[in-house]
Amino acid sequence: MTQTPMLQVKDLWVEVEGKEVLKGVSLTIPVGETHILFGRNGSGKTSLLMTIMGFPEYRVRHGRIYFKGEDITDLPPYERARKGIGIMFQRPPSIKGVKLREMLELCAKKNGYRIQELAREFGFEKFLDRDVNLGFSGGELKKSELLQLLVQDPDLALIDEPESGVDMENIEVIGRMIRKLLQKDTHRPRQKSGLIITHTGFILKYVPADRGYVMLDGKIYCQGNPQEIFEGIQKHGYEECLKCLRRMETQLSA
Amino acid sequence: MSEKNGNPVERLNLEEFIPAKKVEPPKSLEELSEEEIARLKEVGIDLAAEDHPGLFVQADCGVVSCHCVPEGLELLPITEALKKYDWLREKYFWKAVTPEKDEFTKIAAEDLDNGYFIRVFPGEKVIYPLQTCLYIRTDRVAQRVHNIVIVEEGAELHIITGCTTNPHVTSGLHIGVSEFYVKKNAKFTYTMIHEWGENVHVRPRTGIWVEEGGVIISNYISLDKVGSVQSFPTCRLKGRGAVGQFNSVIAAPEGAFLDLGNRVILEAPETKAEIISRTVCYGGETIARGHLIGKAPDIKAHLECQGLMLSDKGYILAIPELEAHVANVDMSHEAAVGKIAREEIEYLMARGLDEEEATSLVVRGFLNVRIEGLPPELQERIEKAIEESRKGM
Repeated sequence: MTQTPMLQVKDLWVEVEGKEVLKGVSLTIPVGETHILFGRNGSGKTSLLMTIMGFPEYRVRHGRIYFKGEDITDLPPYERARKGIGIMFQRPPSIKGVKLREMLELCAKKNGYRIQELAREFGFEKFLDRDVNLGFSGGELKKSELLQLLVQDPDLALIDEPESGVDMENIEVIGRMIRKLLQKDTHRPRQKSGLIITHTGFILKYVPADRGYVMLDGKIYCQGNPQEIFEGIQKHGYEECLKCLRRMETQLSA
Repeated sequence: MSEKNGNPVERLNLEEFIPAKKVEPPKSLEELSEEEIARLKEVGIDLAAEDHPGLFVQADCGVVSCHCVPEGLELLPITEALKKYDWLREKYFWKAVTPEKDEFTKIAAEDLDNGYFIRVFPGEKVIYPLQTCLYIRTDRVAQRVHNIVIVEEGAELHIITGCTTNPHVTSGLHIGVSEFYVKKNAKFTYTMIHEWGENVHVRPRTGIWVEEGGVIISNYISLDKVGSVQSFPTCRLKGRGAVGQFNSVIAAPEGAFLDLGNRVILEAPETKAEIISRTVCYGGETIARGHLIGKAPDIKAHLECQGLMLSDKGYILAIPELEAHVANVDMSHEAAVGKIAREEIEYLMARGLDEEEATSLVVRGFLNVRIEGLPPELQERIEKAIEESRKGM
């Protein structure tokens, strides 16, 4: 008997303000696996995450999204969040007058996670009494986001460019936070799944992943061992992907 | 009353109201019903609490409570204080506010119901907030109040004043003249929470004088229904280094008319003033004014006026004014009126809040002005008032 996957995306076509951003994306993330989505800026990676989270400006023209076997394509974001999907934004807004502690308490509504303890573990205690994300540096924003996710404790974490704008000192902490979120340091079987977006791929050094994809122009062209894909991109850049793609297309049309 | 040109035309007919003196006031707090006690509690006046370190309650024209437990200050009904001290009339009564100002000050000058007189003796720091409450108990009453607060040299005082009406009052008029004198190096914080009621009209007339090194912090909060409020306290920073800080937190539901603001005249060198207002419009009419007048060198003054429009009804009219009379002043203002950022709502929705919960959290955050120099107890009260108000938003 095979387990119902955590997430199944089937032939997803999405447009934003009349512009097609996803053109038939399919992927499946089994329970306990972390998948990595590589791709240049503007290739549609963030659009895929935003669509999985359910933001209304990402209009699904075709295709379905299943979470734990349930069709969630038409649910609003808060219902998806309540069912167990969490997202780490690349550029989260700040909320004036609302303290991070208060925000964390709201995120933890269901499971009463230990906020103070978690903040201490990642050296973020002094930010609890500051307004959410207001005046935070790049690394602080990521930590704020990941702390919210840790408290929210989703079964599927969507993580958008966790290493962008973060200095070397902080990337290790961020890696640790993601590993905790995805139960990387606990014994199998893991219950948590993740989908991580990266255009540099450096996060792989800190977070092991089970599968990788390359996204180009709203389509997933390639999937396989994430480490191999990363090394290929590092060596040859995304140009090589394009060439590979052209070869594939020639083969197809031949 | 609703003209958008910044000079609203008064359409209140004073003859519709009964002078408070024609109504028999309650003799003591015991005469108030449970419903009334609950109402007072909503504006922070807890009559059940045993340890009132200072509580002044005036219902209609009558002073029903005037406890004065804390040391270092004197608290009297103003009518008694005027009999007791000749100097009060000579030096303070109708000095920071002129009786000729308008028809409301004229009426208050003609015949006074009552009000409070508070004087903190030199060097005394009364940290625990004093509570005052002006309460309209009878339908269609016009209440005339005159308050004087004197914070003597080096002293400190915090007042929280709650104003409200009996739940059965359908209309009323409150005229409140207040004169505050903050002496050399003294500090006075004054926090006013208004919860009047739908057809109650409120005309506070406030004048504040601050001497050398003195500090006034004034907070005004009105988050509930009200007929109309028109208030424009004028503060004179008379001595070198005096500081004035004015914060307003306002929600304007449909049917409310709120014309609010402050004027600060920086008369002495090195004085500082800041006016901050946050307005949320749910369909009411609001005017947010601020007028800073720089008359001495090396002054610093800033005005911040922010509004959120949550409805297509009503309006927010922000009128920030800067007026400089000498060189070497530093004066600035920023005003912004807008809607809630969609991005913030969606962010919160991704964390599991539905649209309504997300909106009220953003609005509450917007109104949550953190005020430096307030005792924690007062800051908590303000936060609680904002917290509770969102239930009705």
